[in-house]
Amino acid sequence: FFVFFTEEERRVRANDREYNEKFQYASNCIMTSKYNIITFLPVNLFEQFQEVANTYFLFLLILQLIPQISSLSWFTTIVPLVLVLSITAVKDATDDYFRHKSDNQVNNRQSQVLIGGILQKEKWMNVRVGDIIKLENNQFVAADLLLLSSSEPHSLCYIETAELDGETNMKVRQSLSVTSELGDPNNLAQFDGEVVCEPPNNKLDRFCGTLYWKDCKYPLSNQNMLLRGCVLRNTESCYGLVIFAGPDTKLMQNSGRTKFKRTSIDRLMNTLVLWIFGFLVCMGVILAIGNAVWEKEVGALFQSFLPWDPPVDNFLFSAFLSFWSYVIILNTVVPISLYVSVEVIRLGHSYFINWDRRMFCSRSNTAAEARTTTLNEELGQVEYIFSDKTGTLTQNIMTFNKCSINGRAYGEVMDILGAQQKRVQPLDFTAWNPLADRDFCFYDQSLLEAVMVGEPAVHEFLRVLSLCHTVMSEEKREGVLVYKAQSPDEGALVTAARNFGFVFRSRTPGTVTTHELGKAVTYTLLAILDFNNIRKRMSVIVRNPEGRIRLYCKGADTVLFERLHSCNHELMNITSDHLNEYAGDGLRTLALAYRDLSEEQWEAWAERFRGADKATDCRDDRLAAVYEEIEQDMMLLGATAVEDKLQDGVPETIAILSLANIKIWVLTGDKQETAVNIGYSCKMLTDDMTEIFIVNGHTVQSVREELRKSRERMLESARTRDGGKEAPPSSLLESISGEFALIISGHSLAHALEADMEREFLETACACRAVICCRVTPLQKALVVELVKRHKKAVTLAIGDGANDVSMIKTAHIGVGISGQEGIQAVLASDYSFSQFRFLQRLLLVHGRWSYLRMCRFLCYFFYKNFAFTMVHFWFGFFCGFSAQTVYDQYFITLYNIVYTSLPVLAMGIFDQDVPEQRSLEYPKLYEPGQLNLLFNKREFFICIAQGIYTSVVLFFIPYGVLSHATQSNGVPLADYQTFAVTTATALVIVVSVQIALDTGYWTAINHFFIWGSLGTYFTILFAMHSSILFNIFPKQFHFLGSAHNTLGQPVVWLTIALATVISIAPVLAFRFLKLDLKPQLSDTVRNTQLVLQKKRKPGGRVGRGSRRSGYAFAHQEGFGELITSGKNMRLSSMALATFASRHSSSWIDTLRRKKHANSTGAQNTPPTGEDSAASSQTPPLSTSSSAAGKAGQACNEPVLTHSPDDIALSVIRCPEREVGECSTGTVQVNIHLKTSSSTNCILWG
Amino acid sequence: MMASSYNAKDEDGHHPGSVGSGGPGAVKSKKPDNTAFKQQRLPAWQPILTAGTVLPAFFMIGLIFIPIGIGLLVTSNNIKEFEIDYTGVDMFSPCFNCSQSYSWNSTSACTCSVPFTLDQPFESNVFMYYGLSNFYQNHRRYVKSRDDSQLNGDKSSLLNPSKECEPYRTSDKKSIAPCGAIANSLFNDTLELFYIHPNGSRIAIHLVKTGIAWWTDKHVKFRNPGENNNNLSIVFQDTSKPVNWRKPVYELDPSDPDNNGFINEDFIVWMRTAALPTFRKLYRIIQKKKDNMTPTLPPGNYSLEVIYNYPVRSFDGRKRMILSTISWMGGKNPFLGIAYITVGSVCFFLGVVLLIIHHKYGNRNNNADIPN
Repeated sequence: FFVFFTEEERRVRANDREYNEKFQYASNCIMTSKYNIITFLPVNLFEQFQEVANTYFLFLLILQLIPQISSLSWFTTIVPLVLVLSITAVKDATDDYFRHKSDNQVNNRQSQVLIGGILQKEKWMNVRVGDIIKLENNQFVAADLLLLSSSEPHSLCYIETAELDGETNMKVRQSLSVTSELGDPNNLAQFDGEVVCEPPNNKLDRFCGTLYWKDCKYPLSNQNMLLRGCVLRNTESCYGLVIFAGPDTKLMQNSGRTKFKRTSIDRLMNTLVLWIFGFLVCMGVILAIGNAVWEKEVGALFQSFLPWDPPVDNFLFSAFLSFWSYVIILNTVVPISLYVSVEVIRLGHSYFINWDRRMFCSRSNTAAEARTTTLNEELGQVEYIFSDKTGTLTQNIMTFNKCSINGRAYGEVMDILGAQQKRVQPLDFTAWNPLADRDFCFYDQSLLEAVMVGEPAVHEFLRVLSLCHTVMSEEKREGVLVYKAQSPDEGALVTAARNFGFVFRSRTPGTVTTHELGKAVTYTLLAILDFNNIRKRMSVIVRNPEGRIRLYCKGADTVLFERLHSCNHELMNITSDHLNEYAGDGLRTLALAYRDLSEEQWEAWAERFRGADKATDCRDDRLAAVYEEIEQDMMLLGATAVEDKLQDGVPETIAILSLANIKIWVLTGDKQETAVNIGYSCKMLTDDMTEIFIVNGHTVQSVREELRKSRERMLESARTRDGGKEAPPSSLLESISGEFALIISGHSLAHALEADMEREFLETACACRAVICCRVTPLQKALVVELVKRHKKAVTLAIGDGANDVSMIKTAHIGVGISGQEGIQAVLASDYSFSQFRFLQRLLLVHGRWSYLRMCRFLCYFFYKNFAFTMVHFWFGFFCGFSAQTVYDQYFITLYNIVYTSLPVLAMGIFDQDVPEQRSLEYPKLYEPGQLNLLFNKREFFICIAQGIYTSVVLFFIPYGVLSHATQSNGVPLADYQTFAVTTATALVIVVSVQIALDTGYWTAINHFFIWGSLGTYFTILFAMHSSILFNIFPKQFHFLGSAHNTLGQPVVWLTIALATVISIAPVLAFRFLKLDLKPQLSDTVRNTQLVLQKKRKPGGRVGRGSRRSGYAFAHQEGFGELITSGKNMRLSSMALATFASRHSSSWIDTLRRKKHANSTGAQNTPPTGEDSAASSQTPPLSTSSSAAGKAGQACNEPVLTHSPDDIALSVIRCPEREVGECSTGTVQVNIHLKTSSSTNCILWG
Repeated sequence: MMASSYNAKDEDGHHPGSVGSGGPGAVKSKKPDNTAFKQQRLPAWQPILTAGTVLPAFFMIGLIFIPIGIGLLVTSNNIKEFEIDYTGVDMFSPCFNCSQSYSWNSTSACTCSVPFTLDQPFESNVFMYYGLSNFYQNHRRYVKSRDDSQLNGDKSSLLNPSKECEPYRTSDKKSIAPCGAIANSLFNDTLELFYIHPNGSRIAIHLVKTGIAWWTDKHVKFRNPGENNNNLSIVFQDTSKPVNWRKPVYELDPSDPDNNGFINEDFIVWMRTAALPTFRKLYRIIQKKKDNMTPTLPPGNYSLEVIYNYPVRSFDGRKRMILSTISWMGGKNPFLGIAYITVGSVCFFLGVVLLIIHHKYGNRNNNADIPN
């Protein structure tokens, strides 16, 4: 029996194929191909006839088989239909062939399967569920495996999941401890555990199951799984049990069919085709009525010469048949070749995108790629760009740029040395620090000096950087350190500490070994309180060689400042001043702090921590709560500022795109200040802007209010500008689009996106030139895109590089993926991909513009030529008794669309250019016609149709007028049907060829070849078909014998053709000339200029680049922390052990000493007085705010009688080391008004 | 056109973001080729509609078309054409009786004589046409009602004509040769011309009945069956004559074997269907006199003798006889000349108007400033 059942749970017993076969699980053979040799034809045809157009033509074909209806031979429809079907079939077959090939390649990969206790080579496709397979380093995982054991310590193994989820960083998987002992194949062969788990699904980050073995239950999680598509790295070998195979694997389950995107031209085209169908039916009805009247009035009387066909017994039935006959002959108004031609043109454009050298990035060796070939013309109509920031606008390469230590800012080289000193030499670290990273650049000498002098705060600061992180170090050779960091920020910070003499050397599960100013120091790592997005901070608890326990913390300033000891206020204010400055410069900031823990505190906490760690339910929440307990009362050390470099050419690109009237919205997870500053550095925001609105409300009302206010402001300014002209507010809002910008934060956006406010938000936002949404979630990104897409009827483009942009990329009309640092997930979801943001301008302004232009010209001409061709039958209907007699030879009808007129218009559709590419970039305004949809819309369509109908009138009535009386020069009348047919057809071909020649703006050799070739082909085929050779073979089929010769030899015929051509074309020519002369489009003007000048001009002045600011995003990820503390990932490095030294750090002692001193003096703080200015005047005037802060700092520590700001900082550090109660007496709350920094209020407590 | 997002090749990795598995350094550059084609830099001619090209074009069209039109009109006007309707609709017309009393089956021929006068001499060869009006030779069912391979002399088609010929395919269980509605409705009036000499005598004018069909029709398309068998009655013995015909096809012109059977030129001319419901077909040629001194048809009185067989009254048709001389461009055709003159003038006028518009409002300093 065979029953289809939905799998509810999966049971897999290791090494027991018989048992597993009962369940009929899918084998590991994957099949992405759709057909095989036998099924190809029926399945492919079935699929193709699901297309409405194809079915329609099949229907016509069936109609033609009815002799009473058939007005054309069957082949006039079947030839194009077969051609179209076979082109599609060939394409499908090629695609499928490659799928077969890659399937085969994948299925035939070798893997080592444990069969009967022996490892045997097996093809992937022969791997079954329940098999145990061995993987080696750098191999692909063959199926979804349960990791049983690994060659690495703690039976860990490392995988790269880039193919699966796009994340490039390595992930760690660990086997259950019970199975990890099954080291060798013999033991594994005996393994007979049974896994019961969830059925196949597509959730990549979840796995839920239980292993039953030896009467024990072991829970399984995603941590134990190796998924197909991953690559094993840094692991010698491992064994795994196949759980899901082939199509059941998560990789395959995730490869669903993607939604097919359609362009607006597609939709318009479909509407128009429907209209044309309506038009066709109308014409059919008119002609059928005509037929009824004719048959009644004339046909009935004419029966002595032409009796009705047997089934026809009255005029009404005849009219009914005539309707269908006319449907057949007029069907060419909707040419079957339209859809195929459109696809061919789009494919051509896609290739041009792929081939573009100027969108090739040599650094990453990636060319641009059109992953979807059907959207090209929409690239020319984009109105809104939604951009991610990190990795898209910025490079996601971090450099440690500035820092603020204990209230003193370092790294501000430019300010001190003045603007004229261009570039200071970067500091040379290698001279005194052999472990320094040569690529690291830092320019401020003073920090190095501070390190040399031995400033304790600086040392402590750098120590935090060297200890508090989850970076792994690899020391391939002595002294050559390579850091592997989870996030680039972290790498930058650790590298900075390294260069300033606090070298993170190696780590073991329980220790961190550093090289502090040349001396090896080993800290005992007690706990890592790992980072996550909610906590926004991470801490480590270490025991230094002297035995003191200390917690080091780094994190987002907002989070960290809440958890500082209350005596840090002054320093906090100075530091937050600095932080604002840094954020103002677009730097990514982190604050650093530490806390001393007593042995008892640590013990008590460690107990609670263990409890939480062991908890099975809500473990994460409990851990977070425990972490929260210890991360309190910390002492601030300072802050770091890391620069996130802008990608090349971003400001220029944005400037050009906004000149092209494209609105750019940046949707970023960053905080507001950084986002705004990135906005400035990208030229999205400029100082010329009238106003920048910031919506930051937390409640529905406040958001609504803020939106309303900004709208009012806009209206106000619009009114003043327009001189009080009254206009309805809505249209006014539409018309503004001026110099406004809107910045909205994620929590406000959540309210703004609600149903009742979204319109308000949209109206406000769309009236702005630039919109920045900060702190948004991936879902919100998609919602914003969806909102604009739904209400604005504008083409949207989303560009991003990370997994968090995928939803946005999929939602937008066009998704662009940056193949950058963050993996390929965005690229996989995208329609176009390239590696640099700046290529976007070329994609849109050059390729998109051309594609749109070409597609529009193509469609205009295509509808024109088919109407000109088909409507002749309509006019002829009035002269042939509405009998559905065609004007042309049926071969001409067959070949007109597919041979005589297809190639020139395809060549135009693929190669045409109105202005050269440089001009498109020089004059971004050239992009506007696409956005306004000016080149092909319903109006243009009707113009084309009208022109086509006009041409058809000319093509019928001119030959009618001439030939009805004309005779050959030997007296034989020319008014016979065949002569008329040949004359009209020739005139038609010539007229449409002249028209395409007129439409073609860029005559390459290919265009010449196709246009002249088509004409040549027409005459060649004409004469061949009308030759006696063919007639003698098929006298019934080729009865136009001699017509070409007899007709085209007559001067009258040529005079007729010339006349028809001139009458058809002259009005078009005059109209176009007038349009060009009186109302030239920008492109015409540019083209004209080009023609006149015929010389290259240098591109206009580029937008100057201001001070480079860069952005910030908290890219840090949760990850290694737990692993490090658990010690699982450590391969004990002998070098690390060797360098382990128990020497005490001198600076540590120093700190202790000072701490004691501070404890003894802190209680005697006095209120600050005016005399403090004397002390503060000694501080270097870094900035007003910092001097004010310095003042405050001094206030707290006056009795220490310090004379340098460094000492002030030191004394601040001392504060938290006192007991809490003591400290409160010495706390000073300073409220510095950051903007004014003039008034300083110090309130002293205690 | 659904696309599967999964491609097994994706598993192979080596996308730009991922670190290759210790791959050797020399990665093949994917940089696209620098060819003019791929970079869309093909050399091209970029025409643009400027005043300098469009206006001269209009003037040129005008200047070419007007003289041609005048030439055509003059030529056409020099052609002499005479047309006479002999249908007999009018009570007083000579053929009225014939037109009334007609039926296909009548055995006795009805004849009538239509007198007419030529005011001008017809010189050179004169062509004699018969014209029919309101006769739908271009009707779809009519047009296809023939068997070209039968007419081409195909033996099997002769005895088994195409289905297209229905209902004129068989009669009395014999196949019809030639089959079909076209052949069945062959024009069978006989027209003869007599010059009535001022002295009262009637001089028959010699009418040539060959050379009126296309050469290809006569020599390639139409062929009698039976190859070299000159006795057509044997060849056609198993066939039946079309129902409306008085005599079988092999008796169309018994006097001339080269004009008999399917290759009878009257028949061929009829079989070349007309494009429009009003048409004329070449009937006879009156060859010019050998001496070249006297006109082919001098002015004077003539009589058209009609053996009236062909019924057209039932469907309101008309029958005409046309005499025409001919020039290099064929018969009288004023339409072409007038059309040429009109189009030429309009183009010229348009050129002037465009020139004025261009000078007054035109954007002549295109190259000066481009708004950006």
